[in-house]
Amino acid sequence: MTVPAGVGAEIPAQRERARTIFQKGAPGRRAFACPALDVPVADAETLLPARLRREHPPRLPEVSEPEIVRHYVGLSKRNFDLDSGFYPLGSCTMKHNPRLHERVAALPGHARLHPLQDPERAQGALELMWNLQGALAEIAGLPHVSLQPSAGSQGELAGVLMSRAYHESRGEQRRTVLTPDTSHGTNPATVTTAGLDVVKLATDAAGGIDVADLRAKAGADVACLMLTNPNTLGIFDPNIEEIAAIVHGVGATLYYDGANLNAIMGHSRPGDMGFDIVHFNLHKSFTQPHGGGGPGSGPIAVSERIAPFLPTPLVVRRTPFRAGRGPNGAAAETLFDLDHGGEDGPGSQSIGRLRGFNGNYGCFVRAYAYIRSLGADGLKDASETAVLNANYLLARLKAAGVAEYLPLAYGDLCMHEFVLSGGPMKRSLELSTLDLAKRLLDFGFHPPTVYFPLLVDEALMIEPTETETKETLDAFADAVAQILTEAAKDPQIAKNAPYTTPVRRLDEVAAAKRPVIRQALA
Amino acid sequence: MLAAIGVGSLQELFQRQIPAAVGLSAGLDLPEGMPEQDVYTHLRELAARNVSAEQELSFLGAGFYDHYVPALIDMLMERSEFLTPYTPYQPEISQGGLQVMFEYQTAISELTALPVSNASVYEGPSAVAAAGYLAKLHNGKRRLVVSAGLHPHSIATLRTYAHGYGMEVVEVPLVQSAGEDGDGAGRTDLDAWSAAIDGDTSAAFFAQPNFYGAVEDAEALSAAAKAAASGAQGSAPVVVAQVDPITLGVLKAPGECGVDVAVGEGQALGNRLDFGGPSFGLFAAREEHLRRMPGRIAGETVDVDGRRGFVLTLQTREQHIRREKATSNICTAQALNALAGVVYLSWLGRRGIVELGELLLARTHYARETLTALDGVSALHSQPVIREFALSLDVDVAAVRRRCAREGVNPGLDIHALTGRESDRGGLLVALTEQRTRKDIDRLADVLGAAVAAERHVVAA
Repeated sequence: MTVPAGVGAEIPAQRERARTIFQKGAPGRRAFACPALDVPVADAETLLPARLRREHPPRLPEVSEPEIVRHYVGLSKRNFDLDSGFYPLGSCTMKHNPRLHERVAALPGHARLHPLQDPERAQGALELMWNLQGALAEIAGLPHVSLQPSAGSQGELAGVLMSRAYHESRGEQRRTVLTPDTSHGTNPATVTTAGLDVVKLATDAAGGIDVADLRAKAGADVACLMLTNPNTLGIFDPNIEEIAAIVHGVGATLYYDGANLNAIMGHSRPGDMGFDIVHFNLHKSFTQPHGGGGPGSGPIAVSERIAPFLPTPLVVRRTPFRAGRGPNGAAAETLFDLDHGGEDGPGSQSIGRLRGFNGNYGCFVRAYAYIRSLGADGLKDASETAVLNANYLLARLKAAGVAEYLPLAYGDLCMHEFVLSGGPMKRSLELSTLDLAKRLLDFGFHPPTVYFPLLVDEALMIEPTETETKETLDAFADAVAQILTEAAKDPQIAKNAPYTTPVRRLDEVAAAKRPVIRQALA
Repeated sequence: MLAAIGVGSLQELFQRQIPAAVGLSAGLDLPEGMPEQDVYTHLRELAARNVSAEQELSFLGAGFYDHYVPALIDMLMERSEFLTPYTPYQPEISQGGLQVMFEYQTAISELTALPVSNASVYEGPSAVAAAGYLAKLHNGKRRLVVSAGLHPHSIATLRTYAHGYGMEVVEVPLVQSAGEDGDGAGRTDLDAWSAAIDGDTSAAFFAQPNFYGAVEDAEALSAAAKAAASGAQGSAPVVVAQVDPITLGVLKAPGECGVDVAVGEGQALGNRLDFGGPSFGLFAAREEHLRRMPGRIAGETVDVDGRRGFVLTLQTREQHIRREKATSNICTAQALNALAGVVYLSWLGRRGIVELGELLLARTHYARETLTALDGVSALHSQPVIREFALSLDVDVAAVRRRCAREGVNPGLDIHALTGRESDRGGLLVALTEQRTRKDIDRLADVLGAAVAAERHVVAA
């Protein structure tokens, strides 16, 4: 499979040319059978006046059910996925998705529950959310949680807006948010969206924040420092206590980007490190399947001083019972309820809503099932194994024949992920990180995250997760070594890779230059 | 493995990296783990304490709707190849997901009659807020004018975001019913709308149909927004419509009504209720806004051998490339839910989406006629409605709803409880889907009629 194709030889997967669902079917063909019209027929103009009506129906596909199934099953086979193989995409935590979670999320009591169902009649869902809030608070080491944000990036927005609201409540207009140059792109993008200004912090030789740079930039105008710890280099910042002291010393808040939480569950807690605000990615550490790019879920945990600003609604437990509920006061025994923020306490000076309803409940069910399956010890084990796997793979890649081309960018050990530099490989073998990534496809592996973080030349960011066996890690290390050996003889093989995928290298420049973003329809 | 790493133990691996002062020696205070079957039992018990749409006759809507989700969607969404990969950063091994995005974009463009669609945003209300940010990037103006006909969660979300990106939100009321049948009652007040839009208005938002179920005169609103701004000198505001995609088989498309950006909640398209999420937000626009769109966009291209293929394109808009200069901070969106959306639209098909719309129109009309014939029940407005309508009860709505619940009927939403608007007291929002038959509507009429009568009796006593 890994041998370069001969001249003009197409593998079976490449023989099929992409045709969209809009290019299939025939006029009049259909899958849907509309329920019978069982009410008196009213005059069309009465129902909806002609001037409000659509004249030409949308040109949706005209296909039968078997055609739909074949089409999308066919498309699915043109995807690589976590269930098929190793997926060491750094900072994305591609860990196994237990199928139990799909089963329980699909139970009608969860899946067919309307978001505006009365709290009295949604007690199971609210109790689940309450329990999840509590578990996440414990994992973060912070007292209050809102489950509302739709994904990590929205959790970040909540965090920056809360930080801003906190300062405003104290009569301060702080404009600056500090982000390290290793930060995820969502951090600076979020700051701009929240109306504040980004100031970048340098990274020191050990891969942590340059404390001198932080001292120089930490002033009265700083609202917040956004930090990922361990950071995107896989390094747990050794100066975290000092960093927290500096940030708090100028009255700013400390924000924890939870993308890398999988490294530390049960070993260290952001709250204990001094963080005021944390977001979680339920689709990373807590096994919500990634879905090809969502859905995600980005709950946030906060300290007491930030709690008044939490987005609402929050799930609360009313004890003993809520007082009477109207003249016929039935159902006065609500235990769990949605709270929109009272006179004081969490949510009382809320930044407001970030989305509709109560958050991505389907993701909560899965994350909660995961936490209950693993328990305290299991979560700790998961992080241990993730860190062990990363360090083992790093050790394998430090071997002669690899490390001289792909040296570790920073540090010696790592947490759950590590970053190699492909700079030497590019200079001595004429092989770029992109070439290596594409050649890995022929070996049946998803490549690591590439060209991030930006401060590492030709970066390869590798996160194996606790899911993988030693055999898989060995096979990946062997493949990397083999590609480097192959390139030493003939770099063209990797430069023209991949050979075994449904399509080969795609022209991204042409796609952006003259964008075609929908099927032309007759 | 430890030997290969060169450490003596797992503890050492952590101790050498995490300062002792921030290490957690006590362990997490969480329950013990459980075997799979016990977790299943626990989650089943929690599910059993919810009253789902399978366990009562429900007319709840207000943004999320109990449409039938065809079985083939469950099957496709659970396929590993769609369920377990991430964002298609490596297009050569992600053609399936990328083509799904391309097809989804095509379907949304067709529905909205707008040429540009992204591959999804989180959900409805935050899509509205994202449209506000697009407008800010487009014209740099400060005001966002919003019809009170938007979903209350959309207005609230827009306010949260707008405070962040530094814009002011101005709400325009609906025409309140003047007696039995005010002319424009239930629709956005066109005079107030025009008056609110000035030269510093960045975008103007309305919902179609609006939160109270009323079909707005979209063309009039768009035209008025553009005229108001030209009178006030300066470029026209971006006209944003929050649409309900399932109505777009029968309702004139936003792109045909002068709308610049259409956003909306996609749940009705093949996504289950899930107590409010995950679903997806749709986001479509005119060509001129292509490079200011938030989120992923799939584009067509060719590989080195000339084969047709798809990639993520125009990524220079996005946070992972542009960082603080990105057009949005969104990263992970709703790919799997958008897949359900495009499969659903293919399943409905070109004729089905019209047939479904006509069925909803007919049944909703029948339901409104039947329910407003009840003593103590009147229509909150008399505008055309497609699948949802607002009633006004002359007794306490909460009490009526409780009486109905005892009969296994959820008659709809207590509007005032959600909006807090004084004018909504007594309001009941009733939603239909194709799963609610004439028999169900008749049953609702019986139960609601009896409940209202009983409450009137209580009040009279």
